[in-house]
Amino acid sequence: MKRIKKIWHWIDDRSGYSDYVVPLMKHIVPRDARWWYVFGSATLTAFFVQVLTGICLAMVYVPGGDEAYMSLKYITETAFMGHIIRGMHYYGASAMVMLTVMHMMQVYLHATYKYPREMNWMSGVVLMMVVLGMAFSGQLLRWDDNGVWSVMVASEMAARVPFIGSWLSHFIFGGETVGGSTLTRFYVFHVFIMPAIIFAGIGLHMVLLLRHGVSEMPNVDQPVDPATYREDYEARLKKTGVPFWPDAMWRDVVFSTVVVVGILLCAIFFGAPSLSTPPNPSNIHSNPMPDWYFWWYFTILSTLPSNLETWIILGSPVLGFLILLLVPFFSNKGHRAPSKRPWSVGIIVFGVTSFVLLTIYGYYKPWSPDFGVTPLPESVIGVSEGPVFEGGNLVYKKGCLYCHHIDGHGGHRGPVLSNIGQKLTRQDLTIRIMNGGYNMPSFAGSMSSEDLSHIVDFLLTRKEEDSTEPAQ
Amino acid sequence: MNPESQAESSGCDACEQCDQRRSFLTKLTLGLSGLIGAIMVLPGVAFILGPVVKKKKEVWRPIGSLDDFKIDDDFSLVTYEDPSPVPWSGVTAKSGAWVRRISDTEFKAFSITCRHLGCPVRWLSGPELFMCPCHGGVYYKDGTVAAGPPPEPLHTMQIRVVKGEVEIKTIPVPLTTTPLKESDV
Repeated sequence: MKRIKKIWHWIDDRSGYSDYVVPLMKHIVPRDARWWYVFGSATLTAFFVQVLTGICLAMVYVPGGDEAYMSLKYITETAFMGHIIRGMHYYGASAMVMLTVMHMMQVYLHATYKYPREMNWMSGVVLMMVVLGMAFSGQLLRWDDNGVWSVMVASEMAARVPFIGSWLSHFIFGGETVGGSTLTRFYVFHVFIMPAIIFAGIGLHMVLLLRHGVSEMPNVDQPVDPATYREDYEARLKKTGVPFWPDAMWRDVVFSTVVVVGILLCAIFFGAPSLSTPPNPSNIHSNPMPDWYFWWYFTILSTLPSNLETWIILGSPVLGFLILLLVPFFSNKGHRAPSKRPWSVGIIVFGVTSFVLLTIYGYYKPWSPDFGVTPLPESVIGVSEGPVFEGGNLVYKKGCLYCHHIDGHGGHRGPVLSNIGQKLTRQDLTIRIMNGGYNMPSFAGSMSSEDLSHIVDFLLTRKEEDSTEPAQ
Repeated sequence: MNPESQAESSGCDACEQCDQRRSFLTKLTLGLSGLIGAIMVLPGVAFILGPVVKKKKEVWRPIGSLDDFKIDDDFSLVTYEDPSPVPWSGVTAKSGAWVRRISDTEFKAFSITCRHLGCPVRWLSGPELFMCPCHGGVYYKDGTVAAGPPPEPLHTMQIRVVKGEVEIKTIPVPLTTTPLKESDV
């Protein structure tokens, strides 16, 4: 025992553990720093999960044209524990994105970004952007057809940057088209560059945390006054503070345990995300979709007026980043309590509601033609022969159903046609089909007069059952 | 011993010569550090930017014999190899185009890339339209925009027939806001 103590004493003396690490662990934090404060440490834990599972995946993953897809299939289907490791990496990414945003919302709600912690907030904003970059590049590394076409979309967006757009796009591709060099580039971003930035950012974030101390819970009687804040904070801390280890840290550990167990359970029960078809850029049956945390942005891009599109695609990430980064400079003193800053609560509620609604909308993506539609059954057409029956079949053959919904069948891009016979006359329908309209192509060049007549005959029968209004 | 007390004990703090020496050493250290950085970074930057400044290659690739294409109104999907794939590209070296034979010698070909945000468009022979699954872009059979957000028509590709073999001229991915050369259109 004595010998072990002696060895530890030598290690402690030479490494400086007791002199440097212990004081950091036991630095004094406010007593009221309770469950609200666990999101930051849980984000860090999720990052460690990503690093460790990422290292495991990198031991098998081959960043090459065909090999990437094959190696991921091997990891998922054959390698021992492969589906769990890949699943943990996938759900760990979701957890990290969610926790980063939750941590940021908590900090914003409690105005912790105010004096003297402006730079804590700013380093956090940069970290959040890199985390989103990690999430996006990670999706591409799956390198199935979804990954390939997502790169295509990213480079098309980059191409809209004035003057250097084309160069930027070819830089992303690593050439003039998507190919082997594209994957190796994203691999380097995902595995080397962005993790290095995150490590550095976390280091800075921690140094700043220790320099300015953990903030107290907002108190309406303690508005921030930069002239006296530090003195007041130190005095309160001296009076009521507790050491971070173990008085406060146990909550972080409990919550992080919940997060890690959650990630593991998701990996076990839901498994790794399935891979779609191999990354063949000539495969036109691909339907590129981002991972769920970007569906809200997918919705925005899909529903924008075209004259605003380039501005929003290029401007919104830059503007969003700058606004978030500069939040402390809009107001870095005064009240921190949400009750005195009701608009901050409003912004959070508005942000979360918008995110949820846009995400749901992105999942259903009603703006896209539905390529999976099937011909209308006779029960919907209502007759089994004649012009109406022909028209009922033609709405499928001529692609009307890709965008229009009729009695439970078809897409959602265009207006529902279930009752169109009550709303439009024969002449209206003919003009609309021949000339097209807002977001509807003209069929004048691709439809015979006979087909047109049959389709109109069919559409005029589309009425509510109790309707007595005669078709014209 | 801290640097100040060290300087004091060596009697150098007030020495003008020492100040000059320190100033020189400071500049030397900073200058050499900059040089080391430049040597480490510049070749790497040039290496990374290689694909951006590299002259774009355009080559003709075979897509089938003349008999493979019937004269009709329908487009068929052809695949061909990129102009300059890297050796490890594998299946990602492939590109696609929609090709239609109009007459004995005349063809019409479009890139499969949607001019909105680059998703792959599908030809639907019933309605005679190209449709994009991502954001709902629709094009007529002549490639012009029929509906949805695409700001430009589908990119037309060049086709030629050499000794009974049909060839397509490869192009970089058509980027929406950077139209290709007139000769490619």
